Amino acid sequence: MTATGIGAPVKRREDQRFITGNGRYTDDINRPGQTYAVFVRSPHAHAKIKSIDTSQAKASPGCVAVLTGKELAADKVGGLICGWMILNKDGTPMKAGAHPALAVDTVRYVGDHVAVVIGETLVEAKDAAEKVVVNYEVLPAVTDLGSAQAPGQPQIHPEAPGNTVYNWHLGDKSAVDAAFASAAHVTKINLVNNRLVPNAIEPRAAIGEYDAGQDQLTLYTTSQNPHVARLVLSAFIGLAPEHKLRVIAPDVGGGFGSKIFIYAEETVCLWAARKVKRPVKWTCERTEAFLCDAHGRDHLTTAELAMDASGKILALRAKTKANLGAYLSTFASSVPTYLYAPLLSGQYNIPSIYCEVDGVYTTTAPVDAYRGAGRPEATFVVERLVEVAAREMGKDPAEFRRINFITSFPHATPVIMTYDTGDYAACLDKALELIDYKGLPARKAESARKGLKRGLGFSAYIEACGIAPSQAVGSLGAGVGLWESAEVRVNPTGSVEVLTGSHSHGQGHETTFAQLVSQRLGVPIETVSIVHGDTDKVQFGMGTYGSRSGAVGMSAIFNAIDKVIVKAKKVAGFVLEVPEDTVDFKDGIFSSTATNKTLTFPEVALQAYIAHKFTGAQLEPGLKEGAFYDPTNFTFPSGVHVCELEVDPATGTTRIDRWVAVDDFGNLINPMIVEGQVHGGIAQGVGQALLEGAVYDKSGQLLTASYMDYCMPRASDLPSYKIEMASTPCPSNPLGVKGCGEAGAIAAPAAVMNAITDALGHEEIDMPATPQAVWRAAQKAPRRMVAE
Amino acid sequence: MYAFNYLRPSSLAEAGSALTKTPDAKILAGGHTLLPTMKLRLASPKALVDLSRVSELRGIEKKGNALVIGAMSTHFEVSTSTVVKGAIAGLAELAGHIGDPAVRHRGTIGGSVANNDPAADYPAAVLALNATVTTDKREIKADDFFKGLFTTALGEGEIITRFSFPQPTKFAYVKFANPASRYALVGVAVAQTGSEIRVAVTGAGNDGVFRHKAMEAALAKSWSPDALKGITTDPSMMNSDIHAAADYRAHLVGVIAARAVAKAG
Repeated sequence: MTATGIGAPVKRREDQRFITGNGRYTDDINRPGQTYAVFVRSPHAHAKIKSIDTSQAKASPGCVAVLTGKELAADKVGGLICGWMILNKDGTPMKAGAHPALAVDTVRYVGDHVAVVIGETLVEAKDAAEKVVVNYEVLPAVTDLGSAQAPGQPQIHPEAPGNTVYNWHLGDKSAVDAAFASAAHVTKINLVNNRLVPNAIEPRAAIGEYDAGQDQLTLYTTSQNPHVARLVLSAFIGLAPEHKLRVIAPDVGGGFGSKIFIYAEETVCLWAARKVKRPVKWTCERTEAFLCDAHGRDHLTTAELAMDASGKILALRAKTKANLGAYLSTFASSVPTYLYAPLLSGQYNIPSIYCEVDGVYTTTAPVDAYRGAGRPEATFVVERLVEVAAREMGKDPAEFRRINFITSFPHATPVIMTYDTGDYAACLDKALELIDYKGLPARKAESARKGLKRGLGFSAYIEACGIAPSQAVGSLGAGVGLWESAEVRVNPTGSVEVLTGSHSHGQGHETTFAQLVSQRLGVPIETVSIVHGDTDKVQFGMGTYGSRSGAVGMSAIFNAIDKVIVKAKKVAGFVLEVPEDTVDFKDGIFSSTATNKTLTFPEVALQAYIAHKFTGAQLEPGLKEGAFYDPTNFTFPSGVHVCELEVDPATGTTRIDRWVAVDDFGNLINPMIVEGQVHGGIAQGVGQALLEGAVYDKSGQLLTASYMDYCMPRASDLPSYKIEMASTPCPSNPLGVKGCGEAGAIAAPAAVMNAITDALGHEEIDMPATPQAVWRAAQKAPRRMVAE
Repeated sequence: MYAFNYLRPSSLAEAGSALTKTPDAKILAGGHTLLPTMKLRLASPKALVDLSRVSELRGIEKKGNALVIGAMSTHFEVSTSTVVKGAIAGLAELAGHIGDPAVRHRGTIGGSVANNDPAADYPAAVLALNATVTTDKREIKADDFFKGLFTTALGEGEIITRFSFPQPTKFAYVKFANPASRYALVGVAVAQTGSEIRVAVTGAGNDGVFRHKAMEAALAKSWSPDALKGITTDPSMMNSDIHAAADYRAHLVGVIAARAVAKAG
C-alpha cells in the first residue's frame, strides 16, 4: 500500500474547497440575464382547480411571466415518469396516474405545483406569486396508508381504482404456507416503517438556460445522475433532443437518494427558460423541501416467521403496504418491491419466503428511494422478526441468529439473490466481544439501581449493492441498464483525467477514485483529476445511488486503466526497442527483460502523443481509453451492529450508551471515508428509530414541515461508535469491493428497536421511539421476563 | 421578507420616540423569533426599531440584594456572566441552554420575556424568582406581567429596560426539551426566596407560563422531591401536540419539578 493508494486513509481532496467556501453549488451559479422562479403550490391535499387568475400577478412589478399547467400541456411537455414497470400478481401492468409537472385540473398533495411565477428578482417573483388567485374545490384527503385502499375512500387517480398502484408478490406461496402449517413455533409482528424526509444540507436547485443561436438547452441542477436526467428530460418529457440538452450537476451537497429523481421544478425551469428566452433559476426553500422532496420509507407490514422446535427457521411470510404518495416518482415503484423483498432472507438460511406488497396512492408527497431504499425496510422486518422469535422461544438472540446463519457460499436464496461471499458468524463473534455481551446482565442491574431500563439489540443486516447487472434488472422491469462508464485520459505530461459516470455528492470520489489511479498507474495523486457531473464533458453514465460507485463506477475505471496499461506497454516497447510482450509495468515504471533501460509513466505518455517511435501503421498515437462495466452480480455487504441503551421510564428518554459495528464491505479503498460513511449512516438510522417521522394530519397538512417539528439527529443524540471491519472480498468485481454508503442506515433502526424492546420487555412500540412513545410503552407491563 | 424601514436608536429616549412616531413598528431585540417569521412572510411590520445600540439596556450587576440584568443582555452574556453565576447560578445555566450558540449571541432576555413564547425558558425563571420587570414607563411584578400565550402586560411601544431578581436561597431550572426544536416541552423553575417558595412551569401550559400552587404549598411544608409525590397536574390545562399529548405533559411536570427540587438542593 502506498501513501495515496488503495487502502490508505487519504484525507479528502475535495474538502479544501468545501470547508473554505469555494465549492460551486447550483445556487452559487448565476447566469447573465437570469430570472427567478417561484412556484405557486397547492395549500390543499386534494382539490379540483376551478380556475387560475394570473392577471394581477402578471401586472405585479418585475413579473416576467406566469405559466400554468395549461401552457405546459399546450407545449406538449410530457409528464414526469416512473422508470420501473411492476407487474401485478395476475401479470397485468401497474396502474399509474398522470404526473404533470404543473397540475392541470387536480392537485393531489400539499405543495403540488400549480403555477410558476418568473420575476426579475426573487422578491418580485414572490410578490407576484402571492397575487395568483387559484379557485379550488376542496376534495377529501387520503392520508392514512392502512385505510387508503378501503371501499369508499376518495379516489386519487382515476387510473388506479382503490388507490392501488399494484399488488405484487414474490416467492412461493404454497411452499411457505406448507412450512407454516408444519411449524413448531410461529412469530408474528406488525411493523411501522416510518416516513422520513431526506433533508440533504443543500436544498434542490435548478437553472434552465436557452441558447437560441445553438438551439441548445442547459440545465444546472442538483442531481445524483445528470445523464439519466438528460435522458428522461429528452426522451420522455420531450424538452429537447438529447444532443441539444446539456445537464450540469456541479458540487452537490448531499442527496441520500432524493436527488436521483427528475422533479417538476427542473423540468419547468428548463421549459420556461425557452419561453421567456432568459435563464430561469429556482432554489428550493427548506419548507418546500419538506413538502416536495420525495420522502422515504413509509411501510406497514405484517410479518411472520416459522421455526421448527430447535429454532431453525423454516419460512418467512410478509405482507406490506407501501405508501407511494400522490404520484409515482422516478423509481418509486421499485423501492418497495425489487429493492425490498429480495433482501428478506437476511443473513439466514430460510428455505421459503413469500412476500406480498401493495403499492398505494395517498394525498401526500411522493415517496421514493432514500438511503438504503427498500433494504432498510427489509432488514427491519427480518431483524425484528428474528429478535422476537428468539425471545418467544426463550433463546439467546445472538445464538438464535448463529444457528440460522448461511454458512456456505454461493448461496441462492428463495427470493432471487445469490449471495457470493460472507462470514456472518465471524462478524457476530467480533461484535459480541466488542460490546462485552457477557457483562450485559451486570450493566442491566446497575441501570436498574438508577431506575433505568437497559436493553441491547442486534441487527445482523445484509444489503444488495453495486446495482446492478443490466440484464437482470431489465428482466425485473427496470427501464434502464445499470452499468457504469469511465474514460481515462492520460495527458502528454503524464497527468491523468478520469471522466466518470458516477457522481459525487458527498462520497469523496475525487479522493477514492484518484487513489485507484495513483496506485495502478504509479503516479502521484496530485496529478489525477476526477471529472464528473457534466453531460457535455463526460460520456453517458448512470450516476450514484445504491452504494454503486465503488463496485460499479470504480470497476469501469479499473478496466479502462487496464486498457491504458496495455496501450502504454506497446508504446514502451517501441521506445525501449524491445518486443511488447517483454515489457513489464510496475509502480509507474516500464521495464523489460530485454534491456536495462526503464521508462516512467509520464515518459511513455509523452511518447504516445509525440508518436516519433512508431508509425501510424504500427500503432495509433495518444493514450486515452474508455470502459463500460456491467456487473455480473449484486454485491452483498453485511455486518452486525449492536446497540445498547438506557431508557428512563419516568420521562421516556432514551440514551444510547454503546454502539458496536462490525461491517464486511470487502476490500476498502479509503478506510477513513468508509468509517465516515458508517458514522453518517448510523446517525440516519438512529434518526429514523428515535427521532424522525413525517406526520400528516387528516386533512393532508404536513405537521412536520420544519426543524421545529421534524427532529434530525444531532451529535448529542449519538454515542461514540466502536467500528471494526471484517473483509471477505467480493469475487465479482476486480477491486473486491462491496459498497458502504448505506449500511449504517440499513442496520441501525432494527438495532435500536431491538434494544428498546429488550429494555421494555415487550414489543409494542413503533418508530420513531420518541420520549412520548417510550413513556407510553413503559406504562405497559413487560410481557416477557426481562433478564436481570 | 417584505420591505421595511430599519431604525437603530442610540438612546432609550430616541427608541421610545421612534416607536411612538413610526406606525406599525416592532421592537428588534435579537430577532430570533421575529426575523424568521418575517422571512416566511408571516409578519410584515412596516419598521423595526433595533435596540442593540441602546446602552441603557445593557449591563449586569448586583444591586444590594438583587441581581439586575439589562434587557438587551444576550443569552451568551447572561450564561457567562460571573455576576450571574455568583448570584443565581441556575439562571446562567438556563441561559446557556437556550437555542444554539448563534441564537445565544443574538437573542436577549428582554426579547424573550417580551415575546412570552409559551415554550421559552426565561419566563419560568422570571416568575419563579418573582422578578420585577422595569420598563421605560413603570415597574411590573412578574405575577402581573405574563398574560397568556405571547401576551404580556406591556403596552404599545413600551420597552423593557431591565430585570431585577431578588436573591434566592435556592433556585434551579430543569428543562425537558422538545427533541426537534429544543424548546421546553416542559420546563420547571423552583425557587426559595426568603420564606417564599415558587414553582413556575413553562412549555406545558395551554395558557403559557404558570405557577404551580399545589407544588408550592407542598414544598413550603417540606422542601424535597418527595414532597411532590402524589401532586398531579390537570391535563386540561396542558398544551397538546404531536410531540407530547396533554397527559404526558402533565406527567412530565411532576417528574421535572421533582428533578428541579433535587437539583436546587
